[in-house]
Amino acid sequence: MTTSLPDPSKHEDTHALEGDNAIEAQETAGLSQGQIVWRRFIRHKGALSGLAVVLLIAILAYSSVGFGPIPGWWKFNHYNTNDVLNGGAPTWQLSNIFSLGEHPFGQDDIGRDNFARVMKGTQISIMVMLVMGAISLVVGVVIGSLAGYYRKRVDDVLMRLTDLFITLPVIVVGAVLGVLAGKYSSPLLLAICLGLILWPGLARLVRGDFLSLREREFVDSARVAGASDFRIIFKHMLPNAMGVIIVNTTLLMSQAIVLETALSFLGFGVSAPDVSLGQLINEYQSSFSTRPWLFWWPGLFIIVIALCVNFIGDGLRDAFDPRQKRIPSKKEMLKAQIRTPERTEEEAAAAVTTGAGATGMPFAEGTPAQGPDRPGPAGTVNTHDDPGDTGDDHDGKPRH
Amino acid sequence: MIKYLIRRFLSAALVMLVVTFLMYVLIDLAIDPLEDLRTSTSPNAAQLMENRIRNLQLDVPSPIRYFWWLTGVGGCLIGQCDLGSSWLTGQAVTSMLQGAILNSVKLVFVATFVSIILGVTVGLVSAIRQYTGFDYAITFITFLLYSLPVFWVAVLLKQYGAIEFNNFLRDPEVNWLALVVISLIAGAFWMGAMGGSGRRRYINLAAGTIVTFALLAFLFGSNWLLQPGIGLIGVTVTSLAAAVLVTHLSTGLHNKRAFYAALTTAVLGGVFYYAMQWFFYFVPANWFIILGLFVVAILVGVGVGFAFGGPDKGASARTAAIVAIIASLLVFVDRNMQVWSNYSNLAQIRGRPIATIGASSPGLQGDFWIQTVDSFTHLLLPSIALVLISFATYTRYSRGSMLEVMNQDYIRTARAKGLTERTVIMRHALRNALLPLASIVPVDIITLIGGAVLTETIFGWAGMGRMFVDSLGKADIDPVMAYILITGILAVVANIVADFVYAILDPRIRVNA
Repeated sequence: MTTSLPDPSKHEDTHALEGDNAIEAQETAGLSQGQIVWRRFIRHKGALSGLAVVLLIAILAYSSVGFGPIPGWWKFNHYNTNDVLNGGAPTWQLSNIFSLGEHPFGQDDIGRDNFARVMKGTQISIMVMLVMGAISLVVGVVIGSLAGYYRKRVDDVLMRLTDLFITLPVIVVGAVLGVLAGKYSSPLLLAICLGLILWPGLARLVRGDFLSLREREFVDSARVAGASDFRIIFKHMLPNAMGVIIVNTTLLMSQAIVLETALSFLGFGVSAPDVSLGQLINEYQSSFSTRPWLFWWPGLFIIVIALCVNFIGDGLRDAFDPRQKRIPSKKEMLKAQIRTPERTEEEAAAAVTTGAGATGMPFAEGTPAQGPDRPGPAGTVNTHDDPGDTGDDHDGKPRH
Repeated sequence: MIKYLIRRFLSAALVMLVVTFLMYVLIDLAIDPLEDLRTSTSPNAAQLMENRIRNLQLDVPSPIRYFWWLTGVGGCLIGQCDLGSSWLTGQAVTSMLQGAILNSVKLVFVATFVSIILGVTVGLVSAIRQYTGFDYAITFITFLLYSLPVFWVAVLLKQYGAIEFNNFLRDPEVNWLALVVISLIAGAFWMGAMGGSGRRRYINLAAGTIVTFALLAFLFGSNWLLQPGIGLIGVTVTSLAAAVLVTHLSTGLHNKRAFYAALTTAVLGGVFYYAMQWFFYFVPANWFIILGLFVVAILVGVGVGFAFGGPDKGASARTAAIVAIIASLLVFVDRNMQVWSNYSNLAQIRGRPIATIGASSPGLQGDFWIQTVDSFTHLLLPSIALVLISFATYTRYSRGSMLEVMNQDYIRTARAKGLTERTVIMRHALRNALLPLASIVPVDIITLIGGAVLTETIFGWAGMGRMFVDSLGKADIDPVMAYILITGILAVVANIVADFVYAILDPRIRVNA
């Protein structure tokens, strides 16, 4: 295939399949790495809508009931009791979706507004999720990069430390730490404690990346130029490991929110009077048959948030992994096929010089598009595709 | 190899010592056994507090108490286990553990087994149908399962899987619309899984929908749920169908010897069904007899395979043995179904067979079959909740590893030399794709043990996880430490086994001592 590529960022694409490359190559011409990643990310519809939904939920949660001293626009708060109207049933009904009514998500048995409680719970759960993610990020990156950079003794010690943390199920250590943090009944402390146990997976991945990065020429040249270890690690190597770090932190955050809610459900996490989504379910699980809405709403928010974060992580992984090829759908292939003959001479000439022309050829010659979804021997469409989505990264387990 | 194992076990023991020490100190910091007395208004609260401090030796620093505890644990090596005792009930931890370990192991074992079978199958099919609607749907569902809070699902399962279902059994009124929708979903699933293009997809869709609907209509519409059974005809027909399917997948139907061997085994399954009715009538069953019969069935299958002979006896024997396993499972399930209505009418059950609480019905009298059905009804919902946790993991892993294998050069070689797609997938790809699972299963078991903490709590299952939660909530350190010890040992051993099995299965990996 093509060998003279002016843009090194496209290097990986030369091995790619025909149809994909045609679309891909035009999109990466003359862009920085960050722009490429961003473009790939916003093309991932699931990730983009996940991001939008999470942002919407966060804005709704923080603006409606307010946080700290700032009041929100919602008229109730999560602790005051009001008169129980109509048995506390939700006033927001499917039949009349535009009228929120007095208590859209209903009320509990003593008349507290469920919407305010769910919003407050969402706030705390999101806060715990972010803090846990941030702490695991810092600890995991520091430990992983030190172990991978210095190897030998440091690596041994740090990796044995990591082994200690993965011996027990996360939820068990989390429960003990939760009880410890519960003494001070502060969700922030809980988040910090839980953040301190979720990092091992990330640390292992970062270590693996650093072990291979430190053998690269740019690290040698930095060392020859007299850069300190600190500078080499943080200025030269870390930016190169950014993809792994960002993707896994995102996926770790979806784990974090499920862990926090599970612990709160068991009574070892956030406890009353503080509310979190898991704590709400714990508090209301016995009233499922009488007041199901108290149970449905917090659960729905947990699922939606975790699902969206998972999708964002998936999109980020696709965006960061240069080997990851997106297989265009049949429709897109057809479109590309129709578009190709319409290209002007000028464009076609330009495409040849950038290498896109060679890959665009099959379309120009009218070769019928292979069904992209057929993994048969003739469907060379995905034979070069690297299965970047092996699912390994989900649990922070090592990649193959 | 032995040197390697010894070294691994020694380092594992060291890890366990550090983990238990840290956890002991942490737990001691976290819990407060004097909590109830601090808020107590009783006049002799101070006196009581002093007594308790003396009894529990709380004035001794926790690291020293850890070594006392460790001495007791060390006794296990010479057969005198002393894991301490619960200070609330005075019960020795070793006696608390006896039933709990068995219950937890039962739950985790069933969940692991089911999720491996389902997850791997779905993952492989999803990989083969990469980038189709089926694949996208499965990917979405796995993401959904990753995000589902298991405790939330468990409460739903209790409500709809047990309470509503039991109500339905009492007053069966079929919701036909729901049946149609479920059948359509099932039809779409089969359409996606079977693949093909154009007209074949619609035929698959229609066939899948109609078959599922007929089956559901029969199950729900007739009295089957109250008096279930497979019967001689059901066992034979299902075994024959299984024979066709298994032969198709393992050797291809063109291999007549294997096909006939499988069919013969299926017919023998029907014969055995008849014989077993008499056998179980005269012989009271227990698990040893059942396992023995199971082994006999497999041996018969292997024997039939060899009897048909031919150049590849092994393939025929393997196919027939798989059919024998399926047929004997059918016979076993049918025998259990025969006592279903008896079980359901028992005084303890009162027509509400699906249980929401506990690992077995208290005070249940009955023979082996009643007991088996009882464990089944109690296992059902907690296992579903646990399977949901690890199903997604197995699906993702097997899909990923299958995709990786399908892109290897040797797969292209296999296709290039003209092998059928079935041979390429089942012989060349599948075995290599399953390899990495050897290292994932033990790790996943740890996750499941963690998940069992939640499931056992919700379903009131008297297992170790519940013991952990209860004791931690009541500031009772010894049972908590026992749980941590056992879980930790399981995890450490599982990791060693994972590495070991992987090294045995994959010749590229050398264990250097």
